[in-house]
Amino acid sequence: MRTAKLSLLAVALILSTAARADRLPLPADAPPSFKAECGSCHLPYPPALLTAPDWKRVMARLDKHYGDNASLDEKTRRELEDFLVRHASARSRMAGEGDPPRLTASAWFRREHRQVPQALWRDARVKSASNCTACHSRAEQGSYRGREIALPELRD
Amino acid sequence: MKQIMFIALLAASAAAAAATPQQLMQTYTELAARQAPGYQPSARRGAELYSRRFAVSDKMPACTACHTDSPVQPGQHAVTGKAIKPLAPRAEAARFSDPAKTEKWFRRNCTEVLGRECSAAEKADFVQFLAEGL
Repeated sequence: MRTAKLSLLAVALILSTAARADRLPLPADAPPSFKAECGSCHLPYPPALLTAPDWKRVMARLDKHYGDNASLDEKTRRELEDFLVRHASARSRMAGEGDPPRLTASAWFRREHRQVPQALWRDARVKSASNCTACHSRAEQGSYRGREIALPELRD
Repeated sequence: MKQIMFIALLAASAAAAAATPQQLMQTYTELAARQAPGYQPSARRGAELYSRRFAVSDKMPACTACHTDSPVQPGQHAVTGKAIKPLAPRAEAARFSDPAKTEKWFRRNCTEVLGRECSAAEKADFVQFLAEGL
């Protein structure tokens, strides 16, 4: 009986972890500036995809933002940094690599995307690993399920 | 001083909440005329600015790098690949309807593509071209 309970618990844990990877909804306390500012050039990325020190480094150099000038007034910058840090991940596998750190270079991201062929990242429909919606058709709604993948060759 | 006058004009147009591209163009035209009396906006100069290759930035050498050769067509961000709605208000009604947003993007994208801020005259020409075509 005890074993049965334990294995049920194990299954539940596995399922909840899987569900977490599929669902990354926008935190309810996101300021309107999050979509308006962060979301104008790319998907407003889920804050849980980087760690707090990572977000601080990103927000400290918005004038040199991955090859683009994304500078903001200080009030908005502060508001967004606070929001991102509040919802950042505490897990080391979410730490981004690079300067500023990239969430597409964390151990977690690499593992989740290990089956994606290299050539597809450069496909004209994708262009960049930062273009989540190219494959995850419902990423804007916070959903990253395998069956929603827009490129037929990647669907599971 | 120039900056202060502009902010005052911007505040005046922002007070009226949403603006039209024509109102924005009027604001830029008034500013440009203070520096060059008799200045009139030109869609042709705007079109030239839109398609000129400045080559200051590798990935964004011209406006067309993200907004395509035609501002009534949807574009794609040259770095991130994100889809961009057409820039011309003829094709996308919300364009150039918010003075603060317009100023923010002129500041960012002029710095990126031209390597400097755009003048009021350039902005008036640009809006004239996008709103009315050639």
